[in-house]
Amino acid sequence: MNKHIKTEAPSNVSRRIFVQGAAGLTFAFTLGGRLSDALAGIEPAHATKMNAFVTIGIDNTVSIVCPAAEMGQGVMTSLPLILAEELDADWSKVKPEFAPANPKVYGNPHELFKGAQITAASVSVPGYFMPLRLAGAQARKVLIDAVAAEWKVPAAELTTDKSFVIHKKSNRRISYGDVAKFAKVPDEPPKVTEADLKKPKDFKLIGRKDIGRVDVPLKANGTAKYGIDVQVEGMVYASVLEAPVDGAKVEVLNADEVGKIKGVTKVLPLPFGVAVLGDTVEATRAGRNALKVKWDTTGAAAANTDSAKAKQDYAAKGKDPNATAIAEYKVGDSAAALSGAAKTLEAAYWSEYCYHAQMEPMNAVAKVAEDGQSAEIWTGTQFGALAAGIISGILKTTPDKIKINQQMLGGGYGRRIWPDAAIQATVISNITKKPIKLILTREDDIAAARPRPMTHHVLKAGLDKDGKLVGWHHRLVSENVDAVAAPPRFQATGGKDYIGARGLDQAFYAIPNATCEYVREVRGMRVHAWRGIGAGYNKFASESFLDEVAAATGKDPLALRLELTKDQPRASAVIKAVAEMSDFKKKRKDHGLGIAFSDYHGAFSAGVAEISLDKKTGKLKVHNFWVAADPGLVIQPDHVHGQLESAVVYGLSAALLEELTVKDGAIQQTGFADYQVLRMSDLPEIHTRIVTSDNPPAGMGEIGVVTVAPAIANALFQLTGKRIRALPMSPERVKQALA
Amino acid sequence: MTAVTFTINGKQANVDTEPDTPLLWVVREHLKLTGTKFGCGSGLCGACTVHIDGKAVRSCQTQMSQVAGKKVVTIEGLSSNSSHPLQKAWVAEQVPQCGYCQSGQIMQAAELLAKNKKPTREQIVAHMDGNICRCGTYPRIVRAIQRAAREA
Repeated sequence: MNKHIKTEAPSNVSRRIFVQGAAGLTFAFTLGGRLSDALAGIEPAHATKMNAFVTIGIDNTVSIVCPAAEMGQGVMTSLPLILAEELDADWSKVKPEFAPANPKVYGNPHELFKGAQITAASVSVPGYFMPLRLAGAQARKVLIDAVAAEWKVPAAELTTDKSFVIHKKSNRRISYGDVAKFAKVPDEPPKVTEADLKKPKDFKLIGRKDIGRVDVPLKANGTAKYGIDVQVEGMVYASVLEAPVDGAKVEVLNADEVGKIKGVTKVLPLPFGVAVLGDTVEATRAGRNALKVKWDTTGAAAANTDSAKAKQDYAAKGKDPNATAIAEYKVGDSAAALSGAAKTLEAAYWSEYCYHAQMEPMNAVAKVAEDGQSAEIWTGTQFGALAAGIISGILKTTPDKIKINQQMLGGGYGRRIWPDAAIQATVISNITKKPIKLILTREDDIAAARPRPMTHHVLKAGLDKDGKLVGWHHRLVSENVDAVAAPPRFQATGGKDYIGARGLDQAFYAIPNATCEYVREVRGMRVHAWRGIGAGYNKFASESFLDEVAAATGKDPLALRLELTKDQPRASAVIKAVAEMSDFKKKRKDHGLGIAFSDYHGAFSAGVAEISLDKKTGKLKVHNFWVAADPGLVIQPDHVHGQLESAVVYGLSAALLEELTVKDGAIQQTGFADYQVLRMSDLPEIHTRIVTSDNPPAGMGEIGVVTVAPAIANALFQLTGKRIRALPMSPERVKQALA
Repeated sequence: MTAVTFTINGKQANVDTEPDTPLLWVVREHLKLTGTKFGCGSGLCGACTVHIDGKAVRSCQTQMSQVAGKKVVTIEGLSSNSSHPLQKAWVAEQVPQCGYCQSGQIMQAAELLAKNKKPTREQIVAHMDGNICRCGTYPRIVRAIQRAAREA
C-alpha cells in the first residue's frame, strides 16, 4: 500500500518543483544545468539553489531523503535531522530514505566535491548542512502559507511545533499531514535565506543527547539490509577472482575442470579476472577454490612491484635534490631557513600498505535489461553516481538508465568509493542476461584491496640559536592516490595528490618557513582513500618528528605544541583539553605518555596515549587513549563520542598491527589470519571529550584516527628514549627501534 | 543432495543440500534469514555466529551434516520483538555503527549471559575476542553486555 506518492523531479529542471500527490506533498529542490553550476549553489543566500527532498504524507509521515551513504558514520540520522530541525518536524514521524544516484539533485556542494554525490572525507554534514536547513525552512514556509490562506489569518501569526501549524490567537492547530491534504503549490515558492533559519538556542533536535540513530534498532535485530542481503528473482550467483594486478590477462585457466563442479554453471575469463557462476553461493565458492589460473602480466604496470624491494627507491627519492617535487604547502623560505639555522634535524619515516578490512566483503547485485541498454544495481556504495557513470559507459547508454538501489554499507572507510563489484556484476549480467549476485570471498576481497599506499617521509627542521623552530621541510614519497582514485582532480591540479597529501601541511603551527612537498612513485598499485586518508601517515611522521624537535631543544612536547598554536585558539583548546584529561604532565611509573595534534577538514583533535612495553617481545600495550575534538556545531553528541571511540580503535589497529606486503604486484595476505585487526583484548580505555565551539559543523568520521599513531610513538619515546619511525609499530619494529 | 531436517528459530526446516554445505549459506540464501552475516568464511571474525542447541557457533564452519536434528537459533529468533536484554542494551548504548558484525556479536554475547549472569569485564573480553568489529564499537559492546547483565 502506498501511503503517499513521491514524484521525482526531472534532473534538468532548475526551478523548484512542488508536487501534490493524491495523498501527500513532495517538495523537491533541484539544481539545474551543469555540475559546475552546482558549485554556485553553496551560496547560502540563494535559497532557490538547494538539493533536498522531503515528502509529507497525509498520515503525518515526513520522508526525508538522505543524499549520502550510511556506513556507520551516522548520516542517515544526522542529515534528515538537520532538515527536520528547520521544518519543525516531529522526529518520531520522520522516515529517512536513501537518495538515488543523481548528483544534479543530491550532489554534495562542499568545495571538496563540487556537487559530486560521493560520501567520503567526513564532509557530508558540513557540505549538506546549509542546503538541508534551507530546504527544511522553505518547506515549513510553504506549509505556513497554505494554512494562512486556508484559515484566512496572517502567516506571521502562525507558528510551528512538532509537525503542527499553530494559530495561538484562535487556539487552533493542524498537523502537517492534514495540511498536505489541501496545500497548493505556489508557482513562485517563498524565498528563504540564512536570516530565516533558527538560532542555535532554538534548536529542538540538533544537539540532543537522547536522539539515537535511526539505523541502530535495525542493526540490533538483524533486519538492516546490506548489499549482500539482496535477492532478486531469477538471480545467478557469481564469485570473481580478480586479476592480481590491473592489466593482467588470463593465460591458462582450468575452466573445463571447474565447470564440472556440481552447481557451477559457467566459468568466464573476463578482462578483470575470472568469474565462476552457479546456482548457489556454495557452488561458486567451490568453483572459485578449484580455479587454477596462470596470468599473463605483460605490460601490467604493477607486475614488478615488490614492497620490500621498492623501499630503496623510495629512500633514494626522499633524498634526491633533483627529484620532481610538487609543493602541497609552502610558507616563507624553508631552504634559506634550514641553511641558515643554528641547528638542523633530519629523520626518515615509513608506513606500509593497509587494507580496509571492511566486514562486508565486496558484493553487488546487477540486472541488465534484455536489450543491454539499462541496468538496475543493488549495492552499498559510497559513490553510486560513479558506478552509474562507469556502468552506463560499459553498456553504451546514459547514467540515467542505471538505477542504483542504495543499501546499508557493511563498512566503507573508503573501500566502497570504487564500485568494482557493481561493475563486474554488470559485465557478467550483460553477458548472461540474468541478474547476478556477486560476492567476493574474504580471500579475494583482500587480494582485490584498494590499499592505503606505502609511504616514505623525509623531514628536516631548522632551529635558531634560541632553539626556536624556524624551518620545516617534509617530503612525502608515495604513489599518487588521486591519479588512481580521482583522475580528473589529478589532471586539474597538475599532478597533486589531494588524498595522499592530506595532513602534509602545517597550517595550524606557527612555523615561519615550511615546505611540504610530494614526490611521486609510479608502481601501478590500486591505491585508494583509506579512513583518514593521507593525514594518517603524514601526521604520524610530522607529529613524531615534532617531538624529536622538542627533545632536541629540551622542550616539553605539550609546551612546544601550545607555543606553536598560541594564535590558533581551536587548535590550542583541544591540546589543552587532552592534556587536562590525561593529566599529561604527571609521569607514570613504567608507562609512557605521548601527545599529538591534528586538524582534518575543519575539525580539530588532540590525542594522548599511555603505553607500556614488553621489552622481551617488543609488544606495546596501550592502556589509555584520551582524545579531545572540536567538531564545531554538534548535531548528535552521543554519536560524536561514538565516532571518536571508533576512530581511535581504527587508528590503534593501523598503528600497531596492519600491514600488507606486495610481491609481483600481488598482495600476499589472505585474510584475518595474516592480516590482523584490533580485537577486544587489545582495547584500551578510551576517553573522549567534545570541545565546544561556535563554528559550523565538521564531519567526525575520520579525525579521531589521525593522532593515535604519533601519540603512541611519542609515548614510546618518553618511556624508552628511543624513537620508532615506521608503521605499523609491530613487535619486530619496536625491537629494532630499541636496539 | 540430501534432505536435512532441523529446527530453526522454533520452526522445522527441511533443506535439500550437500552434506558439506556451510549452515551459513543455507540460513542466508536458502532460508533468507539474512541477519546472520558472511565475514570471512574461516571462523576468524564471528559475523556468522548462531546458536546450535544453545551454543554459539560459527555457521560458516558448520556443515549441514552436523545440523540434522539440532535446534538452530539466529538473530531473527533471539527474540520475536527485539526484546532480548542484549538487544535492548544494544539500542540503549547505541552500539552499532556499520552494524554488519553486530548480529554475530549479540549471538556470541547471548551465550555468555545464558551461562554467566554477571560476567566480569575480563570474562566479557575473553568471550568476545573472536568477534571482530572493524568500526571499533568494542567499548560500547562491553558496556551493553554489562547493562544487559544488570537489567536482565
